[in-house]
Amino acid sequence: MAPIEQKIGDASNSDERIKQVGFLTHMMRRPELGAVAGLILVVAFFFLTADRSMFSLSGLMTILAPASQLGILAIAAALLMIGGEFDLSIGSMVAFAGLIFGAALTNFGQPLWIAILITMLLAAAMGAVNGQIVIRTRLPSFIVTLAFLFILRGLTLVGLKWATGGSTQLRGIGEVVSDGPLKGLFSGVAFQDLFSWLAANGLIEKFDNGVPKVTGVPVSVVWFIAIAGLATWVLLRTRIGNWVFAAGGDPNAARNSGGPVDRVKTGLFALTACAAALVAIITVLDAGSTDARRGFQKEFEAIIAAVIGGCLLTGGYGSAIGAFFGAIIFGLVSIGLTYTKFDSDWFQVFLGSMLLLAVLFNNFIRRKVTGER
Amino acid sequence: MTDRKSETAPPVIEVKNIIKHYGSVIALSGVSMKVSQGEVLCLLGDNGAGKSTLIKTLSGVVRPSGGDFLVEGKPVAFNSPRDALDAGIATVYQDLAMIPLMSITRNFFMGREPVKGIPPFRRVDFKYCSEVTREEMHKIGIDIRDPNQAVGTLSGGERQCVAIARAVYFGAKVLILDEPTSALGVAQTSMVLKYIHQVQQKGLGVIFITHNVRHAFAVGNRFTVLNRGKTLGTFDKSEISLEELQNLMAGGKELQVISHELGGTI
Ligand SMILES: Nc1ncnc2c1ncn2[C@@H]1O[C@H](COP(=O)(O)OP(=O)(O)OP(=O)(O)O)[C@@H](O)[C@H]1O
Ligand SMILES: [Mg+2]
Repeated sequence: MAPIEQKIGDASNSDERIKQVGFLTHMMRRPELGAVAGLILVVAFFFLTADRSMFSLSGLMTILAPASQLGILAIAAALLMIGGEFDLSIGSMVAFAGLIFGAALTNFGQPLWIAILITMLLAAAMGAVNGQIVIRTRLPSFIVTLAFLFILRGLTLVGLKWATGGSTQLRGIGEVVSDGPLKGLFSGVAFQDLFSWLAANGLIEKFDNGVPKVTGVPVSVVWFIAIAGLATWVLLRTRIGNWVFAAGGDPNAARNSGGPVDRVKTGLFALTACAAALVAIITVLDAGSTDARRGFQKEFEAIIAAVIGGCLLTGGYGSAIGAFFGAIIFGLVSIGLTYTKFDSDWFQVFLGSMLLLAVLFNNFIRRKVTGER
Repeated sequence: MTDRKSETAPPVIEVKNIIKHYGSVIALSGVSMKVSQGEVLCLLGDNGAGKSTLIKTLSGVVRPSGGDFLVEGKPVAFNSPRDALDAGIATVYQDLAMIPLMSITRNFFMGREPVKGIPPFRRVDFKYCSEVTREEMHKIGIDIRDPNQAVGTLSGGERQCVAIARAVYFGAKVLILDEPTSALGVAQTSMVLKYIHQVQQKGLGVIFITHNVRHAFAVGNRFTVLNRGKTLGTFDKSEISLEELQNLMAGGKELQVISHELGGTI
């Protein structure tokens, strides 16, 4: 204990109880630490057990494609969680947005850009409604968005039957969308020229006719990386980011300090819904059709990825880059097991264990960070 | 701000006959008080006397149902805490001032982050923020090695001091402190009281709410006692003794008996 004569108000006398902040403490303070450690572990595991082809370029792309679709949702879910709320309706929102997008293109014959605009606007509006209900009623977002999980899934079913005349799958979307730069933004692969060049120069594998085995990076991966970068920058470097942390950390304190808590939360709900809409647009364009099961259980997977990425369930702490790694871990495990001798049904066991470990680890870190005992 | 204004300057905050009803509950039924620059006004009163309600109206959290509220002689009506902050009235709450999981720097600049860069790339200048935070905390005698450490790791007294330093830095004219010492130990209390004195020397008006008459007597110039939503009276430090003030606060006799049994001190 510090002796009584410890001078109060004498700053020249530095407090001997504060240790120099070491590199380790600095690293410990980063919420994504657990996810990075987890990623290293998982990669090491597959390196030892899996077939080498998993680590080839094409193996990497098969893992990254689903990981990126989940990741876009996970990053948005992470931002919302840091802001102190959940959204259990994102999976259903993917299906609902898919329906709106598909129906706008086929039933209403709208051009692609209008279909995208309508889908995004409607998703944002639905998200904002979610947010406003949570804020005004002060009910937990868990229960409000659980209601929307069912409402949106049900609306999708009803809507699909209406749009198709009784079926739960809406087809023919591929036929009505013509190729163009806008479509290229949301479907297919990017950097084709680069990959052809790499193949021509013998840097990556190619077929006998000279076509590279991997023709490019799926656009969803590009979106995923761009969104992760942008979200991280916004969280750590901008005023809005500061308010997101504050809104989740202690909304009353944030309000008393003049932070716009309600606007931030509403915005985050809208953003999460838009992320779901983006995933819907990308997957619907790739498949050329949409159905009622699209995005099924994605809300849980997104939240799990966010938690593995270091987000606290209580809000106010977490990172976007952590969710990025969390989604990659998810993709690695779900696809990776097929490259091993293990039954791929181990996936869920693996996942549950990861989640439990992550939560325990996050709790431990939180205590470290806040000095809470 | 450091030189004191002449006696004729209007008080920074003055309320006359302020009334606040919560439905059928009358929390304030005609309270008057004022605080001038470079003065510490202590607001005393028993539980439920209406102290917190009064400062909530001053800090824009609730709107008064009636009465006059003047800031520097001009009538005002606040709609949000933000309005009060902009008018130079800063309030430090016991628990609601800081976000424990966030760094000292981020807490210090919450809601008033300095930005740099052109719009789409506009970002908070955290390097500058950290420097200012370290410097301001140094001025009040708290040496923070690392401004990025979470506020949760600070002691209660240090947290209060960060909140006060923040209010002073952002140019508050009046500082309102709602029971800042209620959860603090002896050393931490003296740290906060010393800092209140320092803030007063700078020329700010301070409204200090406490249940502890000794703490009030240590830093106060004037004492306003509330009882059941009314002002019982306002006294200069020269007009009243510690014992008299204590009795007035608790409403008289009962306390003396107890106080006798406890050996004369509370
Ligand atoms: N939101 C509210 N709704 C209804 N009544 C309220 C509300 N807030 C305060 N009151 C009532 O107003 C009266 C004054 O409360 P206030 O919190 O201002 O007292 P206080 O002097 O701060 O007490 P303490 O010393 O215990 O903090 C109390 O009788 C309380 O029950
Ligand atoms: Mg009170």
